[in-house]
Formats: sequence, C-alpha cells, structure tokens
Amino acid sequence: MNRKKALQAPYLFWSVMFILIPLCMIFYYGFTDKTGAFTLENIMAIATAEHAKALWLSMLLSLVSTVLCLVIAYPLAMILSSMNVSQNSFIVVIFILPMWMNFLLRTLAWQTLLEKTGVINNILSFLHLPALNIINTPPAIILGMVYNFLPFMVLPIYNALVKIDKNVINAAKDLGANQVQTFIRIILPLSIPGVISGITMVFVPALTTFVISTLLGGSKILLIGNVIEQEFTRAGNWYLGSGLSIVLMIFIIVNMVLSSVFDKDGEGAIL
Amino acid sequence: MKNFIKRFYIGIIFVFLYAPIVTLIALSFNSSKTRAKWGGFTFKWYASLLQDEIILQALWNTLIIAFLSSLIATVIGTAACVAMQSMSRKMRALFMGITNIPMLNADIVTGISLMLLYISLGVRFGFSTILLSHITFNIPYVILSVMPRMKQLNPHTYEAALDLGASHVYAFFKVVFPDILPGVLTGFLMAFTMSLDDFIITHFTKGAGIDTLSTKIYTEVKKGIKPEMYALSTIIFIAVICLLLIINIFGKKSAQKDMRQDN
Repeated sequence: MNRKKALQAPYLFWSVMFILIPLCMIFYYGFTDKTGAFTLENIMAIATAEHAKALWLSMLLSLVSTVLCLVIAYPLAMILSSMNVSQNSFIVVIFILPMWMNFLLRTLAWQTLLEKTGVINNILSFLHLPALNIINTPPAIILGMVYNFLPFMVLPIYNALVKIDKNVINAAKDLGANQVQTFIRIILPLSIPGVISGITMVFVPALTTFVISTLLGGSKILLIGNVIEQEFTRAGNWYLGSGLSIVLMIFIIVNMVLSSVFDKDGEGAIL
Repeated sequence: MKNFIKRFYIGIIFVFLYAPIVTLIALSFNSSKTRAKWGGFTFKWYASLLQDEIILQALWNTLIIAFLSSLIATVIGTAACVAMQSMSRKMRALFMGITNIPMLNADIVTGISLMLLYISLGVRFGFSTILLSHITFNIPYVILSVMPRMKQLNPHTYEAALDLGASHVYAFFKVVFPDILPGVLTGFLMAFTMSLDDFIITHFTKGAGIDTLSTKIYTEVKKGIKPEMYALSTIIFIAVICLLLIINIFGKKSAQKDMRQDN
C-alpha cells in the first residue's frame, strides 16, 4: 500500500501544483480586479469591438484550417494505411521529423517562399502564371496553420484506420457492399474517434495561436491569441488577459467534452 | 493509374511539409545576409556559428532543458503508470483526466497559468521556471505512451516473480520494466522533441536573462534572423536524420522481434 502511494505521490503532487492550481489562478485573476474585488468586467471585455473582432477572426481562420486539414489528411491517412509498410513507425517519423527544425524557423521559411519576389512567385512567373500575393493576409495565416498542424490530423486518423480489422471490411465486401458502401458504413464510422481527436488537436492550437499570425500575418492582423499575449507581456494587465483566456477556455472545454464523448477509449490517440 | 494518383498525392504533401525545411537548409548556405536574395554558396555561417556565444548558450539551454525535463518527466510518468495499474477504475479515470488537461488545453493558457503561479509564489523567473514548465507538459506524453504497454502486461508474471522470492524492486526491473521499455523510450523521445520545439510556454515562463533557441529566434524576427541560426538548425536536422538511420539499421532486428511479440 505504501509502495503504491510512493509511486503515485510525485505525479499527484505535480499535477495539483502545476496543472490544477495554475488553472485556478487564471480563474481567480479573471474574476477579480486590481483591488481583489469580484468582477465580471474582464470576461465581458470580450464583447468590445476590438476583442470580438479578434475572436471572430480566430474562429473563422481556425475553422477553415481545421476543415482543410481534415480534407487533406483523411485521404492521405487512407493511402498511408493501405500501403503495406512493414514499419509503421516510418510513417510517424516522416511527420514528426519536421518538428526537429525549429517551429518558428519552419513558419518563417514560408515568408521566404510566399514573398512577392519569393520562391513560389519566381516559379509561377517562370511558368507564366499569375503571381500569388497572400503574404501578410489571412490566407497566409491559414496556410501556416495547416502546415503546422497537419501532422496532428494525419496521425490520429491513420492510427484509427490501421486498427480496423481487415476481416470486417472483407465481410462487408462478401455481403455485397461496393467500395462506396464499405467506406460509408464501415470505414468512416470506425475512424470517427481518430477524426474527432484530430479535430481537437488542430482546432485548439489554431484558435489560440499568436505566433503564426505574428510571423505570417504582418503586424496588422490580430487574433485573440495576440490580444491575450499582449495583455500579459506588454500591457501587463493579467486580469484582463486571464478574463479573455477564460472565454477561450470555454471553447477548449466544449472541444474536450466532444472528444471524450466520441472517443471513450482513447482509440484516436496520436501515439 | 490508381497507384500513380496515390503516389502523386503523397508526393505533393511531402513537398508541402519539406519545402520550408529545404528553404532553411538553402538559406544556411546563402552568402547574402538577407534571406530575400541569393548571394552565392558559402560555408561562412557555419564557421561563424562556432564563435557566436549567444547562440551556443541558447543551444546549450535548449538541450539541457529538453534532456532534464524529459528525463524527470519519464521517471515521474512511468511511476504514475505503475501506480495507476493497481488503482480503482474511478481513480484511474480521474488521473487520466488530469493527464489530458495539458494535452488538450491551449499552450497559451498553460503558459500564462504557470506564469501566474510563479508570480504568486514569488519564484524568480529563469532556468528553473522553464524546467518546471517543461516537465509539466512532458509528463502527459510519457504517460500516454507507457500506459498502452502497461495494459498489455500480464500481471501474473510479476506475481510469479514475487512468489519465487524476488523483491518488489527486483521483480519490477526484471519482469515489468523490459516489457514497458519501448513505451518508456517512445515517451522520452516524444517529450524531448516537444520540449525542443516548444516556444509558447517558454515565452511566458522564461525570465529576462535566459533564452532558448525558440525565444532567441522570436526576438530576432523583427530585426532579421542571423544566418548562423539557419546553419545551426541545419546541423541539428541532419544530425537527427543520421541518428534515425543508425537506429533504423541497428534496431531493425530488435524491432522485428518486437513486432512479432505484438502480433
């Protein structure tokens, strides 16, 4: 009994100290003002024009990039799972490998690629195609989000797909289902845990990012993440910053609940 | 035809994922200081990298934090997994729920929540606050990769070892640990990678005097990235590929053995 306690104690202490208490602190700061009195002002601040616009833009951009990730990743995961690669880890490595190049540098490289006189436009003009002017616009931010978060959509879907028992698919075919029917009635429903997990893993970081918008959106486009970051690092108003984070957390919690409803056994886990 | 489309699709995605990386590698050989212009091939940034103490210090900070945080997270996480084995379902669900919080929560929220904690505890921001934060977000990666291995274990082998007179510790390291080792190693590597690539949480929990590579790059964004930074990340990238190839060549036999056991 004591042994068990000794093993779980470090993690229990750690999670209370560094996960639960810090979360409570956000709520404390979010619901109080500088004098320590209770207030809803920090939460209601989301309704001001500037903040509401930032939140709206963040939601729009993260929704579009989540959908794009899903549309790109699902066929990719299907192709990858149909290939008989002897080592599954090879596929994981292909998607994890870019992470060893610094995240900021990887995203910055898109500046070089997308610029007016950048690599892509040079190729386009060589082919006599119209130039692509998306740097410092919302589409560039979407591209950055899709680029950074695509692996988080591919891996859970891939993991869900390879777990599907081939006999189930063969049984459906034996019973006369064509390819489309097999896909809609067998493969798609069985891959839903992976899809849901992928959506959460893309949507949350996309909604809350401030780095991608800083690097690819110029300095004019403010997402809700930028607003919060500035409150903490420049304005020094932790109360307002915490209040806005609580608003963000509502979206995150909805996401968590959705993923736990659809993915009870953690089947769509990324690992 | 169908195969061609499949290959083509994978090819496009591959280009999309690796184009920025090729760009960065190309920039590390660019003799012009701005990234907008190609000034010819050079190795000079690699030479000047060795003299750039600021970048080397940031590299050292990044590596030591990644190593220590993933090591400590691996110990705490593996211990928690062992403890969770003998827990009631409810307690285990609670533990796993807490584990999922840093995974599902936004990095910015985790970052500022830790920042608020350190402020209210009066801890001085610096190396230790970064390390504590990295351990915090690394533990879940360890638990999530060790837990599946743990579930596959046959509990009777451990009991058998105890019956045969092994002590708890001896039985754990002789019977349980070899079986969960692949999960522990994956967890450690995941944690190391995540720690190395983290910017957001470090940004909020670092002090003024210390920089990791990520935070150094972020401050350089406005005035232009030093080309030495491209050289350094190219070296890191190539080193990782070499390491993976070595593991692949030497680890192939044991991996095959491992897979046979899984099936």
